[in-house]
Amino acid sequence: MSWVGHYNYWVAIFLMMSGFYVVISRGNLIKKLIGLNVFSTSVFLLYISMGKVNGGTAPIYCEHIHPGQLFSNPVPHVLILTAIVVGVATTAVGLALTVRINERYGTIEEDEIRAKDDSL
Amino acid sequence: MNHLPILQVIIPLLAAPLCIVFGSRRLAWLIALVATWSSFAVSLLIAQQVMSVGALSYDIGGWPAPWGITYYIDYLNAFVLLIVSGMSALVLPYAFKSVAQEIDSATQPYFYSLLLVCLAGLLGITVTGDAFNMYVFLELSSLSSYALIGMGPRRRALTAAYQYLVMGTIGATFILIGIGLLYSLTGSLNIQDISYQLHANHIIGSGNRTLLTAFAFIIVGLSLKLALFPLHLWLPNAYSYAPSVVTIFLASTATKVAIYMLLRFCYSVVGSGSIFQLALGKIFLISSLAAIIIASVVAIFQYDIKRMLAYSSVAQIGYMTLGLSLSNLGGLSAGILHMFNHALMKGLLFMTMGAVSYSVGSVYLTDFRGLGRRMPFTMAAFVIGGLSLMGVPGTAGFVSKWMLVQAALERGWWDVVVLILIGSLLAVVYVWRVVETAYFNPLLELEEEEVGEAPLSLLIPMWLMVVANIYFGIDSSIPVNFAQRAAALLLGGM
Repeated sequence: MSWVGHYNYWVAIFLMMSGFYVVISRGNLIKKLIGLNVFSTSVFLLYISMGKVNGGTAPIYCEHIHPGQLFSNPVPHVLILTAIVVGVATTAVGLALTVRINERYGTIEEDEIRAKDDSL
Repeated sequence: MNHLPILQVIIPLLAAPLCIVFGSRRLAWLIALVATWSSFAVSLLIAQQVMSVGALSYDIGGWPAPWGITYYIDYLNAFVLLIVSGMSALVLPYAFKSVAQEIDSATQPYFYSLLLVCLAGLLGITVTGDAFNMYVFLELSSLSSYALIGMGPRRRALTAAYQYLVMGTIGATFILIGIGLLYSLTGSLNIQDISYQLHANHIIGSGNRTLLTAFAFIIVGLSLKLALFPLHLWLPNAYSYAPSVVTIFLASTATKVAIYMLLRFCYSVVGSGSIFQLALGKIFLISSLAAIIIASVVAIFQYDIKRMLAYSSVAQIGYMTLGLSLSNLGGLSAGILHMFNHALMKGLLFMTMGAVSYSVGSVYLTDFRGLGRRMPFTMAAFVIGGLSLMGVPGTAGFVSKWMLVQAALERGWWDVVVLILIGSLLAVVYVWRVVETAYFNPLLELEEEEVGEAPLSLLIPMWLMVVANIYFGIDSSIPVNFAQRAAALLLGGM
């Protein structure tokens, strides 16, 4: 029961591990960044699902709210908005570095870069 | 209301875009200089206030503690603030000539701007009392340091920065998961409030699995950031290929701030009496000792001297986490004091590397031949920094190692004491290689060329560091007092 009930955690763990695997196993710098993005997206989902309250609606206060109405917790959503911005910035810096690496080395494959460094 | 805590972050953060707006490299440098010096002044004022009236607390926007973001400064923060802003204030005068040589003039305003953003991030981590705010500042400083490292003169700087970006992001994401789990457990992001909720609801000590998971994520993430031994792989590359100024700045501040975060989460959130300390202490003990021995041995075999010092940094970080793992008053204050002393000595040593690379062009061991005669002031500074690194009495490095040995003896761990001393002996070996080459290996006459002493703007900050290394080795009462009070506060819980 609880295994199915926690399916949001399973989704997060699956995404996280597949992202992590891509970061470790791929030699292409762009693919590594994609993996890194999947990795951080899993945390976004973890946070967002954390804020959900069963039977809760959007936390907007107005006159039509009947007493006893439950609300979802907005704080994790707000937090993750910040984390998404950070993720975008990280991707931008990573891509900029990849462009520069391509300019200086002529390749974005890790083993080829290493071979060029060692040959010096 | 006392606005000093927020000024600490706001000054460098606002100065950063100004550097770019004017577009001139001289003006950018001047703005950065003024910003770092005024942050140093602010942190001195904060330290003075903390000493006289105790911990400072500042609610941003007037929102009170559990809801709004609170900046909270006690002895530990004030001490780390002094280290970070003090080092930045010393690095900036040094930066002008060194940066002018290593980075082309069009990108220099961006360089100073990034340096200020990084400083703002590091200071922000230190002043804030809010866990999520800490994560945001951590990413602010990390992102700017990836870009700064990538500006290094050689193309390997780019791959080093990329490697650091991947490992740093994984570390930061782990910290984010940990903070999220702590939030789901306590419903709070304020560090003091998290600690209060954990204790009041008896979550600590009940073997709560969410808490264990949260803590495991935070510890692994922070260990990546502070380059604890098996997770240090990004550090040697990043330090050896970054521009000289960036290496000086990051080596003396960034890892210290990560250790500060570790101390906060271990002691202020969970508390020293809790069950975590038992297992965590052992894990930290083993990896710290491994860092001290293995990284020092690896350092002996490096031919790039900047890289050698980077490995030595990994070893010195081992001393700091060793102090944490001893988890008694002596060990903890030795660890905190070593943060300060390591900033002094590694700042000094990397400054001499910057000067050598300024005059000679590179810092391979063979480039040091005859430098004892041709760059007497720089090499003399290197010798003093090296002595401090080994822990010779009369230098700053001695005081913290002495306290560390005493704390280990207090626990009766003779084997740890022996390993600390072996670590110091290994430092003698790797520093001696450079000293021997510089003073006793003359150049062949064929190779004799005009290499003069580094310019005064590099020598003056360097010798200020030399004076600091010797001064705090002889009269260490101020930092020791700070470190001991901070340690007592941490052990007492918040």
